[in-house]
Amino acid sequence: MSTTDWFPVRYAGVRDLRGPLLVVRGVERVGWDEFAVVRIVGSAGEPERHGLVLEVDHDLAVVQVLEGTDGLVPGRTEVAFAGAPLRVPIGPGWLGRVCNGRGEPVDGGPPIVATRTAPVAGSPLNPVHRRPPAEPVLTGISAIDALMTLVRGQKLPIFSAAGLPHLELAAQIAAQSTSGDEPFCVVFAAMGVTHPDADAVRARLEERSAAGELVLLLNTADDPVIERILTPRIALTVAEDLAFEQHRHVLVVLADMTSYAEALREVAAARGEMPGRRAYPGYLYSDLASLYERCGQIRGVAGSLTVVPVLTMPGGDITHPVPDLTGYITEGQIVLTSDVHARGIYPPVDPLSSLSRLMRSGAGAGRTREDHLEVAAQLLAALARARQVQQLAEIVGEAALNGTDQLYLEFATTFERVLADQGQGERRTLDETLERCWQVLTVLPARELTMLSRRFLAQHPRPEG
Amino acid sequence: MSGRVTRVSGPLVEVDGLEGVAMAEVVALGAARLPGEVVAIEDQVVSVQAYEYTGGLAVGDPVEALGHPLSATLGPQLLGGVFDGLLRPLSDAPTWLGPLTRHDTGRSEREWRPAIAVGEHVGDGALLGTVPAGGIEYRVLAPPGVAGTVEHVAVAGAHGTEDVVAVVGGVEVTMSQRWPVRRPRPVRERLPAAAPLVTGQRVLDAVFPLAQGSSAAVPGGFGTGKTMLLQQIAKWCDADVIVYIGCGERGNEMADVLDELGELTDPRTGRLLADRTVIIANTSNMPMMAREASIYSGVTVAEHFRDMGYHAVVIADSTSRWAEALRELGSRSGALPAEEGYPASLSSALAAFYERAGRAVTLGGATASVTIIGAVSPAGGDTTEPVTAQTERFVRTLWSLDRGLAYARHYPAVAWSGSFSRDAEGLAAWYAGNGDPGWGARRARVTTLLAEADRLGELAELVGAGSLPGHERVVLLAGRLLREGVLQQNALSDNDARCAPAKTAALIDAVLDVVDRCEAAIEGGSTATEIEELDFSPLLRAAQDTPPDGAAGIASRRQQQLDRLAALP
Repeated sequence: MSTTDWFPVRYAGVRDLRGPLLVVRGVERVGWDEFAVVRIVGSAGEPERHGLVLEVDHDLAVVQVLEGTDGLVPGRTEVAFAGAPLRVPIGPGWLGRVCNGRGEPVDGGPPIVATRTAPVAGSPLNPVHRRPPAEPVLTGISAIDALMTLVRGQKLPIFSAAGLPHLELAAQIAAQSTSGDEPFCVVFAAMGVTHPDADAVRARLEERSAAGELVLLLNTADDPVIERILTPRIALTVAEDLAFEQHRHVLVVLADMTSYAEALREVAAARGEMPGRRAYPGYLYSDLASLYERCGQIRGVAGSLTVVPVLTMPGGDITHPVPDLTGYITEGQIVLTSDVHARGIYPPVDPLSSLSRLMRSGAGAGRTREDHLEVAAQLLAALARARQVQQLAEIVGEAALNGTDQLYLEFATTFERVLADQGQGERRTLDETLERCWQVLTVLPARELTMLSRRFLAQHPRPEG
Repeated sequence: MSGRVTRVSGPLVEVDGLEGVAMAEVVALGAARLPGEVVAIEDQVVSVQAYEYTGGLAVGDPVEALGHPLSATLGPQLLGGVFDGLLRPLSDAPTWLGPLTRHDTGRSEREWRPAIAVGEHVGDGALLGTVPAGGIEYRVLAPPGVAGTVEHVAVAGAHGTEDVVAVVGGVEVTMSQRWPVRRPRPVRERLPAAAPLVTGQRVLDAVFPLAQGSSAAVPGGFGTGKTMLLQQIAKWCDADVIVYIGCGERGNEMADVLDELGELTDPRTGRLLADRTVIIANTSNMPMMAREASIYSGVTVAEHFRDMGYHAVVIADSTSRWAEALRELGSRSGALPAEEGYPASLSSALAAFYERAGRAVTLGGATASVTIIGAVSPAGGDTTEPVTAQTERFVRTLWSLDRGLAYARHYPAVAWSGSFSRDAEGLAAWYAGNGDPGWGARRARVTTLLAEADRLGELAELVGAGSLPGHERVVLLAGRLLREGVLQQNALSDNDARCAPAKTAALIDAVLDVVDRCEAAIEGGSTATEIEELDFSPLLRAAQDTPPDGAAGIASRRQQQLDRLAALP
């Protein structure tokens, strides 16, 4: 992305190397958050490394080295500063490309060419200029489209746990999503994923990539940890341009944000910062917000930026700082659970703890279908009742349940079989999804369906008996 | 006076050579002149918290002390406007907010109507003239400490907000005035709370009421409907001026608030709600330290309108993000942390903030108030964390939001077991003197029934509801009727989003009457099962089916329900 030729002054006074940090002394006029290039003197074959200035103090600069400090020797390391915070090239040239976590191509192609650059930190969007989200992004996945509709400009995370198919789900969302007939593209940033997972994602998104609708950034588990701090910022900077300058609807998938937060924690620990909950830094909320809040739409500007972060909850604990703080920032959550997974249902979504806060403005008449919101509310109410019945059944036994309660048990099973369960390559239209919803609802007698208008009930005749 | 930057660590900047600079003085950092505030002075080193992104700020960059503390411009442009944490207008700022893109309130012209004449003698806080604004009348007062003979009054007509419109005791007065946000504006006398702040939310007005000039906190984990509840209060409470501070929260939500306020009208005045509202938007991705300032800017604006004789309400969502900004700066400056890394001064900062609420006689002699409502976002939903625990100590009223209620789609999810109102007793006396002598007894009966129903509900889970005696099953039923028919409120329904106090009282009385009749029916030999199987929908749907001020409509529904009970064998 850059070479030392840009930077006139090189400093050789490296004093400390500690974890991902490098402290260089004798520097002059170095600014906070500046971009830096680190080189080992006299080793022509060794690629240069990159860093960001975390602190300047008199003649000292603390640099976080994205590729780590392994192999650096104080006497033989040179640091040069760019004189400005990191900027990345932006433009449609990113589409169809596969890059590493620093935005360098790994697809054998030439470097990304662009006439313009933008700072990776981005700028906050003026709240007065924001347009409230109002149109759906359809994923082709029934459980999501029906019950927790994704809306353009929304940030809707997937909360998952180790061993669950969140990456498959994220890739499926990335591969299948559309938003009306308007130009749509995906920026997929993978952080800390294994090689097999990275390959699977790449293969799954091949078609989208070939169509020039995908930017893929891959930071694998064995790539430098600190690089992950940069990956989502590059993804979002590129996406902002595609959305608000090229006027596309852009979906950004950030997986896995837990790996990102761990990189942040590693840097904080190396700096000796005051640890907050579970040793994550106190600014984790603000840091995550600086990423998630880059979603949105602008009044009078075509295009939108929708963010789907994926995170694994360590130990499945939703009160862990990463999901907890994410939940405070995002507009709902899609929760995957091992119970549903164990029953062989894909995607293993827990519909009752999942929620899209913006669904009310992005679904319904004129947006998806007029019966959508009522159907979704009725399904959720019935699922809540079914869950109570299931708990009761565990105590008293199924046989002791009354007839209506037994129908609710059947309803829950039918819901998973007919609506929730779906193939990883299967894409359902919204009409198909909603018809499946109605099919599930036929299990229950009409008197139980109090949330549905008579008009809609009449359009969906129920089987005799 | 100017100095040089010696250290930059995110929002914390250390400066050398600023001799004679005062604590809390504002400085301009670097060539870009980023605003910052002095937070510590140690020997030669001055620590500054920067209110903008400090990327590129380097050691050796110049720093200028500006000679005044952090101040906000208070003027007629506030009403209906949207501002950042330093009270700079966002409506005329560009789409992308960089450090260089904002400026202080620009010059604008307003209609000036003088209320005094040359030669009159006025005290501070006296009304000098008025400015017609969109909603309420904006009043230009003699600033605190300014009194004497009126030497000059500008003629009625359009004047710039920065132009001199009067000279009092040798001091020039403009329509816009600056005030240091961290200093409370003076009043003549503080008064005890008296009248209620009617929020239009039944669970608040009838069970956990808040007085004008009091303070409330709303703790709730994510997904408990905190922002929704605060927005409802901002829309429907009976204050004259609302200051809504979006402090470190979602941008899309702010956009939504702006849209809604621009469309809804105030039922009391018929004017647009936006015209009585001042919005301070400091979303979570805007500079963190401006969050810290936004809280003080907001309460200063409210005090400014209080001084004009209005009842103002400050709604801060969320104070936890403000506390995080305090923690962040404390951590970077190496201050010794107290609980969970928060600075030891957290509790005194919270106390000082909530103490700026109050009912008072203003310098001008009017009785007016500032009410503060602050959201708290406890990490992991843990209400023993420092911000929640410390806030509880200083507020008069606590509206605790419960995740269990929210998951059961019971909104507003205000828990009756974890909430309190220390204003309730005083307000019962106020209601007794203002046409509702039964208010206190009604509230007592509701809280008792709810607590009793909760206790019996737990018992019923163990032994089965069927094995409880009849009158206890009536209590369980009463709990359900109160929860579903009274406490739950549908923010999306035109009829139900707001509820006048008379309608709330009528609804509760209807439920209590029905419960009494159920008790009587049990005494008279009916079985609990017969009662439970009755259709209670006339009562449960009464709130939704009658208009917000429709107390009269409740009577027929109550009668319908009582008739059904009377028809029992």
